[in-house]
Amino acid sequence: MQIDRKTVEHIALLGRLALSEEEKARFEKQLSAILGYVASLDKVALEGVEPLVHPLDLANVFRDDEPRPCLPKDDVLANAPAPEDPFFKVPKVIESE
Amino acid sequence: MDWTRKSAFEIREAVSRREVLARAVLEAHLARIDAVDPRLHAFLTVSRDEARAQADAVDAGAAKGPLAGVPVAVKDNMCTRGVRTTCASRSLEQFKPPYDATVVTRLREAGAVLLGKTNLDEFAMGSSTENSAFQKTLNPWDLSRIPGGSSGGSAAAVAADLAACATGSDTGGSIRQPAALCGVTGLKPTYGRVSRYGLVAFASSLDQIGPMTKDTRDAALLLSVLAGHDPMDATSAPLVVPDYLAALEKGVKGMRLGLPREYFGSGMDPEVEASVRAAVATYARLGAEVVDVSLPNTSHGIATYYLVAPAEASSNLARYDGVHYGHRAATYEGLLSMYSRSREEGFGAEVKRRIMLGTFALSAGYYDAYYNKALKVRRLIKQDFDRAWERVDAIVCPTSPIPAFKVGEKSDDPLAMYLCDVLTVTLNLAGLPGVSVPCGFTKGGLPVGLQVIGKAFDEETVLRVARAFERETDFHRRQAPLE
Repeated sequence: MQIDRKTVEHIALLGRLALSEEEKARFEKQLSAILGYVASLDKVALEGVEPLVHPLDLANVFRDDEPRPCLPKDDVLANAPAPEDPFFKVPKVIESE
Repeated sequence: MDWTRKSAFEIREAVSRREVLARAVLEAHLARIDAVDPRLHAFLTVSRDEARAQADAVDAGAAKGPLAGVPVAVKDNMCTRGVRTTCASRSLEQFKPPYDATVVTRLREAGAVLLGKTNLDEFAMGSSTENSAFQKTLNPWDLSRIPGGSSGGSAAAVAADLAACATGSDTGGSIRQPAALCGVTGLKPTYGRVSRYGLVAFASSLDQIGPMTKDTRDAALLLSVLAGHDPMDATSAPLVVPDYLAALEKGVKGMRLGLPREYFGSGMDPEVEASVRAAVATYARLGAEVVDVSLPNTSHGIATYYLVAPAEASSNLARYDGVHYGHRAATYEGLLSMYSRSREEGFGAEVKRRIMLGTFALSAGYYDAYYNKALKVRRLIKQDFDRAWERVDAIVCPTSPIPAFKVGEKSDDPLAMYLCDVLTVTLNLAGLPGVSVPCGFTKGGLPVGLQVIGKAFDEETVLRVARAFERETDFHRRQAPLE
């Protein structure tokens, strides 16, 4: 499958990656090669085969909804790039127009 | 007495009997790290003060347990409270976790002395440890070659006697392949056997933590400490942990060992094949019945893995957004720009490549053709093993088709690098346990690994089969010529 520049840019946007022009060119080539390789799966007979999402047959692993101690606030903020106790400072999320 | 040449089991015995102080064992390892690691670059962080305090606690009788006094290295994608955990990524270069991974808690409670954090491919993505953002770890057997990956730091540390044992993580072979390339023992448990809480997630349906050790007895010992249900990991199996040490010496007489024809294909180094076939002959001599089996979907393993794993990774790595922790770009215009620049600056090329691949495979219009299709082939791969288990008790084969390659040899060709995993990814896809043990050396002195694959939750058989071969040979006792 040939990946073109527009697709690379779309995927980079979805993946929230600000790629350089050089990276976009490189990924166009490399991703096309890799996707060309994985296309070999098209030859496998898959009628009636269910996807295997998870190797273990576990379902609905729940616990009782009881409050427990959680991380202290200072620990939580300790690695924050822009802490403003008790908040994490971020750019405006809702743009006013 | 050179305590760096001793196994974890031997150290534990000696410390428990007060034949040696845990502190003395630790100092011997720290001295060796100082002398040797500047050439190997296995460690990202050496936690000297913390380790000394832990060793002193063992000596004061305050810390006991099955690993009392044993110096252990921890791969740097496992959270250690208050100790830098980087995943070998600039995005987490300064990150200090506020909690311990469950495996770390269990190591501490077992009396282990945590030496520090070992190097890896960034976010565990790679087969050579060259993708680390900080340093390249070298193979102790040949410093011009890679140690394998992604747990290359842990493998090199154990191979060079810098640690008595180490933890690694394995998503597509990242414990087993570096173990094979460095001449140590590395075990990937059954999916769900060991808690993933505190393991920085790469691919959540494939990742497992496991022991990297000098021999199978140490692997059994370390696994018995790490394994078991964890309420903090909803994917951990609610199954009793057997006594892995008890079953170790039972031998292989009368067992049926499968030899999968698809694991001996073209592209295999002839010296690797010769060593592995010699191991198979040893098994036959020991009284095992060697049975030819077929795992027909083996050839689809890489394509399946390199769709499923990047897809899961693209989701797991979405959290590195510069908001709560990790790298945030210094300048940006608005929220989207903050996300995109922070991630662009924080991630290396291989990580970005896999995020792109995974995002593509999951995106609208391509999900069925790529990701969902891969999940169906995944089921076929698992069914191949299910059919084999009707005829054999375990499977033996090579771990890696080639011995350690030169630094830089494959770093320009992502696909060539991915093909290193052809013999290991199938276990992660099927959720099965597998161990690599040393089974020979090439004429150039490079280690070769034998892989033993078992049924789900049958690590006892995997270890027992591996041990039966190990006790007939001394490959695991050879010392890397570093001096």
